[in-house]
Amino acid sequence: MSDFETPKLSRDVAIPAIRKDAMSHIRPFAASAEHQRALGFPEKLVDDWHEVAIAKMGQLLDEQKSLRVFMDTCIKCGACTDKCHYFLGTADPKNMPVARQDLFRKVYRRHFTLAGRVFPSLVGAEDLTREVLDDWYTYFHQCSQCRRCSVFCPVGIDTSEISMAAREILDVVGMGQKYTNEVIGKVHAVGNNLGLPEPALKHTLKGLEEDLLEETGTRIRFPLDEAGAEVLLVTPSADFFAEPHVDGLIGYAKVFHQAGISWTLSTVASEASNFGLFIGSSENMRKIALRIRDAAKALGVKRLVFGECGHAWRVAYNYLHTLAGPLDFLDPAYPVPQHIVEVTHDLIRRGALRIDKSANDERRVTFHDSCNIARASRLGGVPGGQFTLPREIIRAVSNHFYDMAPSTTGERTFCCGGGGGLLTDDLVELRVKGALPRMSAFNAVVEAHDVTHIVAICAICKSQFSKIFPYYGFEFDQVMSLHQLVGDALVI
Amino acid sequence: MTTLTIFYALLLYIAAAVFLFGTLWRVWLYARTPAPFKIPTTPAPITRAGVAWRLSKETFVFESLFKADKLLWALGWVFHAALLLLLLQHLRFFTQGYSAWMVWLVVYGVYLSGALVVSLIGLWLRRMLIDRVRYVSALSDHLMLALLAAIALTGMAMKYLKPVDVYAVNQFARGLMTLDWQPLPVHGMLMLHLALVALLLMIFPFSKLLHGPALYFSPTRYQVDDARERSSRGAAGPSADRNR
Repeated sequence: MSDFETPKLSRDVAIPAIRKDAMSHIRPFAASAEHQRALGFPEKLVDDWHEVAIAKMGQLLDEQKSLRVFMDTCIKCGACTDKCHYFLGTADPKNMPVARQDLFRKVYRRHFTLAGRVFPSLVGAEDLTREVLDDWYTYFHQCSQCRRCSVFCPVGIDTSEISMAAREILDVVGMGQKYTNEVIGKVHAVGNNLGLPEPALKHTLKGLEEDLLEETGTRIRFPLDEAGAEVLLVTPSADFFAEPHVDGLIGYAKVFHQAGISWTLSTVASEASNFGLFIGSSENMRKIALRIRDAAKALGVKRLVFGECGHAWRVAYNYLHTLAGPLDFLDPAYPVPQHIVEVTHDLIRRGALRIDKSANDERRVTFHDSCNIARASRLGGVPGGQFTLPREIIRAVSNHFYDMAPSTTGERTFCCGGGGGLLTDDLVELRVKGALPRMSAFNAVVEAHDVTHIVAICAICKSQFSKIFPYYGFEFDQVMSLHQLVGDALVI
Repeated sequence: MTTLTIFYALLLYIAAAVFLFGTLWRVWLYARTPAPFKIPTTPAPITRAGVAWRLSKETFVFESLFKADKLLWALGWVFHAALLLLLLQHLRFFTQGYSAWMVWLVVYGVYLSGALVVSLIGLWLRRMLIDRVRYVSALSDHLMLALLAAIALTGMAMKYLKPVDVYAVNQFARGLMTLDWQPLPVHGMLMLHLALVALLLMIFPFSKLLHGPALYFSPTRYQVDDARERSSRGAAGPSADRNR
């Protein structure tokens, strides 16, 4: 692991002067032949990679309106240049959204436009050389696909669409990323990102039941593969054993228990997360999503509820019906699918939960809006519900809540720095530096209000914060699941 | 009929055709490329009326740009507003007689051309002096500003330095539309202005100027955030959400 300096925290994150190649040394580990094979990709860089890449680019341009439009419509106004957390934390100009897109766009111009074919240097058109391909690998794995740039672009360009397309091309020429591709392979083989097999899952859940019985004196169940339950809960596999995720899982169980809702987990669908999204592979996304549909059908449940996971919710909310529909065997009286935050919020609103807010009095909390929830989906029936529902829950179960600066929350929320397939140790320098804007905002509420914890509803955010908090002088356990806050306040 | 008139008539017909058919071709390409997944940038409107409102805000007050950068927004908005009003003012070359609003635009157009040039200079200074913007600028980005400024300045020259016979230009322009060609006044600035405009029209469909029509085909802005609602109304399965 290379040595690097954690950026200094300050009141406002300054826009850095550009430092070329500041992050050109950072590349994630490459996928092995086995990882590639499992996903149907070439095992290593193919000999005719240039032809394959250009052909794939042409195909993607014909199949995706977003890609085609975003290639033509950039006015190079620079509105996006200071909006990406990776640029703010590293100063590498290729981490500016427009410059990152241009790595792709310059090849598009060279091969697919009149001006690029005839006057390349006039319009910044360049061929896809090996150097450019390597740059794609480097810099499209320094984009967490958080969509922050798309909020500020006057024509709505979303760099994450280009990042996904570039990674798709890298995969089909044999240049996949180890982390994402290995994880997807595990889901196909075992059913979840962690490769947690059924016996291990069963054992873990049994352990949680015993712990809760001892703690509360009540038998609160964690059902697994129980046919005929009302709800199938699909949650990120990190919820089964990682901290602070597992405290969220305990919170869901307590909520279902108190509300009298019968529910079950599934070994077949033991993963909400869908890394197919990050590599722009709709085929892998579909395969993973179908596990969930098949489990719901096999277990005969009436409702499908997702746990605290950011991108999983994006996929479920926007794409589940497209990828794995029809889902008409589920009860249309409930949203299909539904988020656990929506379930809990509704129960609280109806007075169906017994709550003692003072149980959380030792904690002074703030809430982190995760990017895929904030900018790529919705909670509840009204636009912006993804911001209000979690906060209303927090206010209903605790007494000390302090929001971070408005320029860093809501639709402007800063990515945790670890999303989009970048939550891997080989990218820790990127993750630490990219977290700078969010850490600065957190530090501000710590200083102003003695905030003790950051609350999140995304498994990647929770893992990322746990890892990088110590770099910034905070404790790894100052990260909490929202449903731990809820569970701790429930009077069982 | 002089060679000059014939040359400019043909040049302007060709420029108009390239502009019209080129832009229509690009727009058709955007329209027919599928949008298989819902990707509006949320929070997003949940009805089509809401989307119309969102797109109106983008069109008339550049809402996203306002969130991004106030200085850039001010320069860009003034540029576009001045351009729009000046283009409307140019209808005087295609109509018979004057209407009241046209007279009004001509009188206050004095300030419009100045605003246009000042905002272009501001945008160009920005592009040259801010390292982040300079880094992403190709030669064509600088030249585009130069082209627009040259069109504005040659136009201003015809008002303040060497006035042109407006009536004769009106006759020439209307002659092109009715296929009854009238002589083009022999006027250096006019010829330069028209040649630059022809160039702008011809490069439009091959340049970033396409951002105008392209905005309305940007899925992040035109899509309705109703994936769950539409699916639960029965349109489910792989064919759902196609072309939306």
